[in-house]
Amino acid sequence: EKLKILTFPWFGMDIGGTLVKLVYFEPKDITAEEEQEEVENLKSIRRYLTSNTAYGKSGIRDVHLELQELTLDGRTGNLHFIRFPTHDLPAFLQMGRDKHFSSLHTTLCATGGGAYKFESDFRRMADLELHKLDELDCLVRGVLYIDSVVSWGASECYYFENPTDPEQCVQKPYNLENPYPLLLVNIGSGVSILAVYSENNYKRVTGTSLGGGTFLGLCCLLTGCSTFEEALQMASEGESTRVDKLVRDIYGGDYERFGLPGWAVASSFGNMMSKEKRESVSKEDLARATLVTITNNIGSITRMCALNESIERVVFVGNFLRVNTLSMKLLAYAMDYWSKGQLKALFLRHEGYFGAVGALLELLHRT
Amino acid sequence: MAECVGGSSHTMDKSITLPPDQIFRNLENAKRFAIDIGGSLTKLAYYSTVQHKVAKVRSFDHTAKEAPSDKLYEISMQEEVTARLHFIKFENAYIETCLDFIKDHLVNTETKVIKATGGGAHKFKELIEKKLGLKVDKEDEMTCLIKGCNFVLKNIPHEAFVYARHADSEFRFQTTNPDIFPYLLVNIGSGVSIVKVESEDKFERIGGSSIGGGTFWGLGALLTKTKRFDELLQLASKGQHTNVDMLVKDIYGGSYGCLGLTGDLIASSFGKSATADKDFCKEDMAKSLLHMISNDIGQLACLYAKLHGLSRVYFGGFFIRGHPVTMHTITYSINFFTKGEVQALFLRHEGYLGAIGAFLKGAEEDNPNQYSWGENYAGSSGLMSVSPEMNPLQRARSGTFDMLEMDRLERQLVNLPLLQDPSSYIPDTMDLTEDAPAREYWLYCFEEALDGVVKRAVASQPDPQEAAARAEKFCQKYRHKLQTLRHQPFAYGSLTVRSLLDTREHCLNEFNFPDPYSKIKQRENDSALKYFQKAVKALEQLSWEDRQFALVRGVLAGNVFDWGAKAVSDVLESDPEFGFEEAKRQLEVRPWLVDCFDRWLERLKGPPHKCALFFVDNSGVDIILGVMPFVRELLSRGTEVVLASNSGPALNDVTNGELQILTERIAAMDPVIRSGLKEDRLTLVQSGSSSPCLDLSRLDKVLAMVVRERQTDLVIIEGMGRAIHTNYHAMLSCESLKMAVLKNSWLADRLGGKLFSVVFKYEVPAGKC
Repeated sequence: EKLKILTFPWFGMDIGGTLVKLVYFEPKDITAEEEQEEVENLKSIRRYLTSNTAYGKSGIRDVHLELQELTLDGRTGNLHFIRFPTHDLPAFLQMGRDKHFSSLHTTLCATGGGAYKFESDFRRMADLELHKLDELDCLVRGVLYIDSVVSWGASECYYFENPTDPEQCVQKPYNLENPYPLLLVNIGSGVSILAVYSENNYKRVTGTSLGGGTFLGLCCLLTGCSTFEEALQMASEGESTRVDKLVRDIYGGDYERFGLPGWAVASSFGNMMSKEKRESVSKEDLARATLVTITNNIGSITRMCALNESIERVVFVGNFLRVNTLSMKLLAYAMDYWSKGQLKALFLRHEGYFGAVGALLELLHRT
Repeated sequence: MAECVGGSSHTMDKSITLPPDQIFRNLENAKRFAIDIGGSLTKLAYYSTVQHKVAKVRSFDHTAKEAPSDKLYEISMQEEVTARLHFIKFENAYIETCLDFIKDHLVNTETKVIKATGGGAHKFKELIEKKLGLKVDKEDEMTCLIKGCNFVLKNIPHEAFVYARHADSEFRFQTTNPDIFPYLLVNIGSGVSIVKVESEDKFERIGGSSIGGGTFWGLGALLTKTKRFDELLQLASKGQHTNVDMLVKDIYGGSYGCLGLTGDLIASSFGKSATADKDFCKEDMAKSLLHMISNDIGQLACLYAKLHGLSRVYFGGFFIRGHPVTMHTITYSINFFTKGEVQALFLRHEGYLGAIGAFLKGAEEDNPNQYSWGENYAGSSGLMSVSPEMNPLQRARSGTFDMLEMDRLERQLVNLPLLQDPSSYIPDTMDLTEDAPAREYWLYCFEEALDGVVKRAVASQPDPQEAAARAEKFCQKYRHKLQTLRHQPFAYGSLTVRSLLDTREHCLNEFNFPDPYSKIKQRENDSALKYFQKAVKALEQLSWEDRQFALVRGVLAGNVFDWGAKAVSDVLESDPEFGFEEAKRQLEVRPWLVDCFDRWLERLKGPPHKCALFFVDNSGVDIILGVMPFVRELLSRGTEVVLASNSGPALNDVTNGELQILTERIAAMDPVIRSGLKEDRLTLVQSGSSSPCLDLSRLDKVLAMVVRERQTDLVIIEGMGRAIHTNYHAMLSCESLKMAVLKNSWLADRLGGKLFSVVFKYEVPAGKC
């Protein structure tokens, strides 16, 4: 019993190129005895994290994702999901220092590239030793774990029914009971595509540098926006067909010789070759075109990987999909249309947090 | 996807740099036009019939009493009509000027229709119809592209190349594989189309992407306020993408070791412009964009290649079109994604594919695919490097005209069926594109020899004064070609001694010097014939073993008589009495530089060969006193002989026409040759070539058929051009004999020998000993 108290707090951390994802397990079964023994700064950390939904300038707790009454390693509690931009990591470390986090002698399990890049900063600024973990191991473990524990409540996994019909397209829960084999597409700043055959057997098939970072980066340059939410908002108001050149713009209709429908994009940003059209598009149109371009490209690379690996189920995760129904529906549509119904696009509610969950699980494995 | 008509704002001075009659050549004999109008360039194709002089030999009737001289045959110049394809590429700004010129010079009124393709075809439809009075008939772009691609891959050696920016030679040309199918064509226009081509008529668009040249151009214009595609590429070539892209090391601080992802790998394109609140320079953004698009296309191409099990992937479209920057990034991407399993291939005449295809569609009744075609080096501009940092002078050529001419060959050319591995066969021994000292030497050598060539060209003509003016034009043209090749050795594919020789032949033909050596050959054939019987008699008196050696020495000594070789042409010209015996004395004594004679002799003690194919070299002493006695011996052993000689003239090489007459004459004197001919055991065939060198992958179809029918089991290749400059390393599936005397001291030095060193290479393929 004592050992476990000493190991609190339980954190899992994923430091990506754009965002830091933090999962925190808040024990709810603390006995009076435990409560008495609990050191003051541990209490303070718990109170700080659980009583706020925003931290500092940019830290946010995704309350809607919180998993309550979760039993983890014999303890019952709530799992909290927190994120903040990677460039605010110094402020986070400063807070850790102010709250004397290091005095808790906890192991901090961290994954993502930042676990390596910022290892020395953790040591120097907050006197913390990181236990570094492979990001893909954590991702796979996290996905499989969350999917297994969330089966009771609102389904973790879902898909879009009638993806090719915008009127009829609705979100539906999906039972991912026998998940293997599975193509796991993680869209963060960049994209990794994994083929998962079992919990311990997976491979990275490929990846692309055209990911969430590209969407936001290009949007910032093209529209002057500065946040993902802003960019998405603009995209939702824009019209990509003013920016993209469609098959029908070139052939007047479908290109029947090759079975290409007139509405398909022939050239992303293709209309922007013309000066007049450059002058007539809005920022919203540009944001929308950027979103469509990046999303469709991920869709077609994914589809090719699925074909090459002979896998029919694709699970898309990663923070690019956060509050991004546009992209999810596009992906669902693209998978369905171009594969003639062969491929199914699946999504998970905790889209960007699986790496951090995997890191937390590793912490429990170690003790 | 369609090449886009985007950059409409070209204001360009409409003067034409070259006189138009040198661009639109032979218009008065032109018919069947096709046009491909792209976003910025127009490509015009037409077919013409070319009248030019050929040298013909005709035997004198020796039975008749009135034989005018003791000459064996007469030479006459005849007009011959051949077919030629013309392809001209120019900026869209010149369309009107060009159409006017064509209209004024077009004589042929049979032409009613012009085939058109390309994204810009509809835009100029009315203009074309009005100016030329021809009906514009639109053809599907992709169909034209594939047809054109098949055509160049089949007909132009060294069409495809691998691009390596920092290697010794930028371009590494691929040998022509007779089986061009299946392949993947990735056409990067405004979008990307990925097409799997399985046969001449069967192709399928298996995929594509909307992220293509239009994305680079459109997005690039938005990001950098730079309007022109070329300027965007220029910007990109100067930028640092690492300022804009998020690299693996930006996330990890170093590499992501366990996945083998290096730190410099791009993790997120434009990832840095999302996190930092600062300005980015145009160059860096353009570079980042270029990488993003090239990598994406490369990745998709690899995924499609893998899915369909294809290893040959050609890239084309305006995004690629000779731009070193895009060829480099695409190559890099393909190497990265396939770990070297797939090579990115580019095409020398990529810009012409649509026009060629449209032309072929219109010319189906002439059935151009039934023939073999050859690139005419004299009439084609050749590939230039557009790399702006490489040569600013070359860039000035954009705004002018680029040409490709292809001649219809009299016969279909195919592989020698006896090549061990046709796909890896490379005719040329030395690649001067890569070997800089060798290139220097040979370019110098050909320039030095030019005056002599001019002299002989003039001497071969009836009217020396008129000929002198033509010869001067020839001289200028060839000298200019040599200069071009000095700066752009890759202009016509790999530069080789063969291509230098062939270019000279093409230039000579261009100015109606079809056979400068005709008279010399005639004289030498006549005089050598007089010694034939004496030489045979002398051989017959030798013991069997001595005779075998003497026969080989005879071929070698005969081969010293060569006007094409630098060292010898001096001697030949200064001393016409240079005798056969003297030549033998000049030969290196055994052991020779390459000496397989003992093994050859052992072989001769065994059973006779079924049939020998002999590629002969020079006329005169070589063929008559060297080769014929050797052939005679083979026939006596019971071996059938197929003598392969050039279809058209090249230097003093004996042509098929001449050899026919010579053989008949010898048959009249010699019973062995006579019965050989009569019983069809001695056959004369044309090689299909007019080159002093030999490309075993482009031989007359009839030759290939004869070789197969006769179950040929021995190939003999004679002379420097055919056995040293080419085919020295050629691997055959039957026994082979390569015989030559090194008549060039530089080359002898290269091979570790000296002047008049002997190469006698007898090879038996593994498993057939």
